[in-house]
Amino acid sequence: MAEEVLVFGAWGSPFSRRVEMALKLKGIEYKYIEEDLTNKSPSLLKYNPVHKKIPVLVHNGKPVAESLVILEYIDETWKDHPILPKDPYERANARFWAKFIDEKCLSAIFKACWGACWGEEKEHEKAEIEHEKAVKEVSELLQFLENELKEKRYFGGETVGLLDIAANTIGYWLGVFEEASGVELLTREKFSKLCNWANEFVCVTAIKENLPPRDKLIAYFRNRFGAGNASK
Amino acid sequence: MAKEVVLLDFWPSMFGMRVRIALAEKGIKYEYKEEDLKNKSPLLLEMNPINKQIPVLIHNGKPVCESLIIVQYIDEVWNDKSPLLPSDPYQRAQARFWADFVDKKVYGASRKVGSTTGEEQEAGKKEFFEILKTLEVELGDKPYFGGETFGYVDLSFITFYSWFHAYEVLGNINIGAECPKIIAWAKRCLQKESVAKSLPDQKKVYEFAAQMRKRFVSE
Repeated sequence: MAEEVLVFGAWGSPFSRRVEMALKLKGIEYKYIEEDLTNKSPSLLKYNPVHKKIPVLVHNGKPVAESLVILEYIDETWKDHPILPKDPYERANARFWAKFIDEKCLSAIFKACWGACWGEEKEHEKAEIEHEKAVKEVSELLQFLENELKEKRYFGGETVGLLDIAANTIGYWLGVFEEASGVELLTREKFSKLCNWANEFVCVTAIKENLPPRDKLIAYFRNRFGAGNASK
Repeated sequence: MAKEVVLLDFWPSMFGMRVRIALAEKGIKYEYKEEDLKNKSPLLLEMNPINKQIPVLIHNGKPVCESLIIVQYIDEVWNDKSPLLPSDPYQRAQARFWADFVDKKVYGASRKVGSTTGEEQEAGKKEFFEILKTLEVELGDKPYFGGETFGYVDLSFITFYSWFHAYEVLGNINIGAECPKIIAWAKRCLQKESVAKSLPDQKKVYEFAAQMRKRFVSE
């Protein structure tokens, strides 16, 4: 029986792009289905009834949801070009930082870029203080990642691994948020290693081919969240 | 040598309990260190500088953090007995999905039940039962989430059972009436020695929770 691999995703989502990056790295052919998140398809709701979210990978009719869970499934199913190390301690480390990025970094970055603009009008001074706090928090979080990278070319070592793929939000989307909102976060003076890594990351073929067009993405976020938190 | 494996933990933490169960399942001897979360030890801050939280497993001097990551690490290192995750990749993905669901949903809702009042608490209670009912559907007629044997998802969720009595009193709810299958499943898990000896007494947890609630709510 021919193998069937489907990916339900959204063009601008770093989470569904992760799945595509991993499949591309391993040379796995798949069919991509673009979801309109304002009008979710019956298939998506059938394959992910619990969260009703993208991405979902469907392998021979069986669905897997949650991007990091999908990445591990891909690695265990298709053994070429492994994205997780063999050593259990290194694996635990990669999982820890992937979780760190998803649970801490993204929301902090959003807050720094657009936080005080959401919701009701706030007094300018209070918004300024909140904004500075948020920027400081992002800086601390990025410092942890900078330290974790050390002298490695990629988080995965000599080749791109699960953590690099999970860090696509930092490697590409962060730059987009910065430009869309006018807030500078990943500065070269403070984060030279991370900046170098980001440059290398987006040049890897399997990654490059799966990055949404930058201008389109910037326009989308500007449209959705406004002009951002940059000091006016 | 118990010194090889050290667990930094806090007795009522449902996350720490997960690690205790995993270690017990594998028969691993370890040194348990109780942390005072209001006065965290230098060791904890050194071993988990990022989150400064328990549990932390220290294996031969190297720290592993985040309860489910620790459990997977334990399963991979001590892989000669009592597997916690299934061997089939698809089953493993399902197990990871549901443990992630427990992490993302159960804790948040249960906090609202235990630590809030009024409308927020009512919303929390509704959410809590929706989540438990989703888990009940997933459990189905199986004895455990893992199927015939206790596994990763069971381990990730059973630790919340030690807090059920506290939620019931503080939230004025009856979990058994709403979700009898969950209670039946929990009692089945508690027949395992590794689980029974890793979960604290429900009354003690209630006393702790009641004190915590006082800090969040003035009544």
